[in-house]
Amino acid sequence: MTDLTDLGIAAIRDGFRGGQFSAREVADAFNAAVAGAKGLNAFLVQTPDHAIAAAEAADRGRASGEFAPLSGVPLGIKDLFCTKGVPTTAASHILEGFTPTYESTVTAKLFAAGAGMLGKLNMDQFAMGSSNETSAFGNVISPWRRKDGGNAALAPGGSSGGSSAAVSARLAPGATGTDTGGSIRQPAAFTGISGIKPTYGRCSRWGVVAFASSLDQAGPMARDVRDCAIMLEAMSGFDPKDATSLDLAVPAWEAGLSSDLKGKRVGIPKEYRIDGTPAEIAALWDQGIAWLRDAGAEIVEVSLPHTRYALPTYYIIAPAEASSNLARYDGVRYGLRDLPDGAGLQDMYAETRAHGFGAEVKRRIMIGTYVLSAGFYDAYYTQAQKVRALIARDFARAWEQCDVLLTPTAPSAAFALGEKSDDPIAMYLNDVFTVPSSLAGLPAMSVPGGLDAAGLPLGLQIIGRPFDEQGVLNAALAIEERAGFVARPDRWW
Amino acid sequence: MSVDLADVRKIARLARIALSDGEAEALVPDLNNILGFVEQLGEVDTTGVEPLAAVIPNTLRLRADVVTDGGIRDDVLANAPQGEHGFFAVPKVIE
Repeated sequence: MTDLTDLGIAAIRDGFRGGQFSAREVADAFNAAVAGAKGLNAFLVQTPDHAIAAAEAADRGRASGEFAPLSGVPLGIKDLFCTKGVPTTAASHILEGFTPTYESTVTAKLFAAGAGMLGKLNMDQFAMGSSNETSAFGNVISPWRRKDGGNAALAPGGSSGGSSAAVSARLAPGATGTDTGGSIRQPAAFTGISGIKPTYGRCSRWGVVAFASSLDQAGPMARDVRDCAIMLEAMSGFDPKDATSLDLAVPAWEAGLSSDLKGKRVGIPKEYRIDGTPAEIAALWDQGIAWLRDAGAEIVEVSLPHTRYALPTYYIIAPAEASSNLARYDGVRYGLRDLPDGAGLQDMYAETRAHGFGAEVKRRIMIGTYVLSAGFYDAYYTQAQKVRALIARDFARAWEQCDVLLTPTAPSAAFALGEKSDDPIAMYLNDVFTVPSSLAGLPAMSVPGGLDAAGLPLGLQIIGRPFDEQGVLNAALAIEERAGFVARPDRWW
Repeated sequence: MSVDLADVRKIARLARIALSDGEAEALVPDLNNILGFVEQLGEVDTTGVEPLAAVIPNTLRLRADVVTDGGIRDDVLANAPQGEHGFFAVPKVIE
């Protein structure tokens, strides 16, 4: 019998329905894989009992012919999603000991669709980071290694680095991620898996620990495009508890998958050809253009003139929203409280936050506090909101010429842990290709395109019109079919 | 614009984050580095551009004015560092 952990979501779903194996066998196989992969530090909490309970319910359902969309499929859940009765920390000390008494809408939907939970996945603290090095509980180590004989520990990307490591190491067939400026797409690219950030508002933010509320979106990370479509269908949908939730029906994305791009126009934004991009990434981009042309698409060059201002815009808006959102961690209602002897309330706030937040989180709260403070608000925050409008307008104009955009996902392959952690700006530049579409709220996906000379995965990004996840998935599928990406990390952990 | 040590201390006070002397000093170049990076936005001509807050057009919904939640006091207090008599407890703020 094949190793069940080699199967993706569709294969597990279909094999389970076809009676080739039980859901319990699947849960046991993945639980064992998770338990045997502590060296990756991908999981903060393991929940084998949750996965087993869902599997046994699926097996009972099968006996009476009842199937839910994700019956028999166990998943990893990023630790940004509140899970009832299971500790949720956002990888920060300030939430240590916090056990939600409620379930996030997205995880509730996944569990209602029959999925079980293997555990809570490590991440950059409060989703602030691109390498997983800001986790308070040790960074995730990528299962990938360079084929140059060196064993340098590589970043799995971030912030959804536990999710990317777990899926690429076959510890889970799929995982939830969240994406504020690239946190699903960049880790997916670094680890040779697929991941989609849907249109802002598709997935409810209710019960997701907030970072930057106008940008945060949940999405799936899985082995291939079909698996992402299946998961996204289960995660999406209107939620009255999220004021920005889209009141739209969830399309049947899996049924709508088609890699025939005849009549579609693919835009190539010329401003994404930035200096210093490695030749291999430029070559992969050209290869992606050829693949989409082969799939029947017409290729057009487009201009997104404000691209270079996206990162500075993001690094005003995201910290500003974070400084406001993270004001709730005050040592009063949940999580850490640091109350020195004889201290008053103000000291308690300041000490709790000093000891609870990591360095990068404090840095962003400080930046956000500054740009929102009296006298600086208009120069920084209002100006950033105006430039954000211009960035969104660039995309709106591009849609007059094309249906989707093709770009690289990240400006490099996975880097070594520690390589960029001393320079915040160098780390921020990792998100140069993913942040603009986040600022515009657009659906965007990373799909594996190939390997670099060191044997590390490189991803291509498809960006689509608002609400056109189908167009994004289909273009990604056309790439997937032509890339024939089958590389996987050799097991060393 | 750039910040100095006094600015960093003021920002930290506004953000309610205690800083040691060493941390405050380290944050001066750190924050100036990031502020220098974001200040390039000043060169963008935004005359007549409305600031964008909601990226995807959406309308704020109204719902019936009825109670839809509540009655879960114990759940709300379950994670409190200090819950007493059905309330969150904090150090005394009035002498």
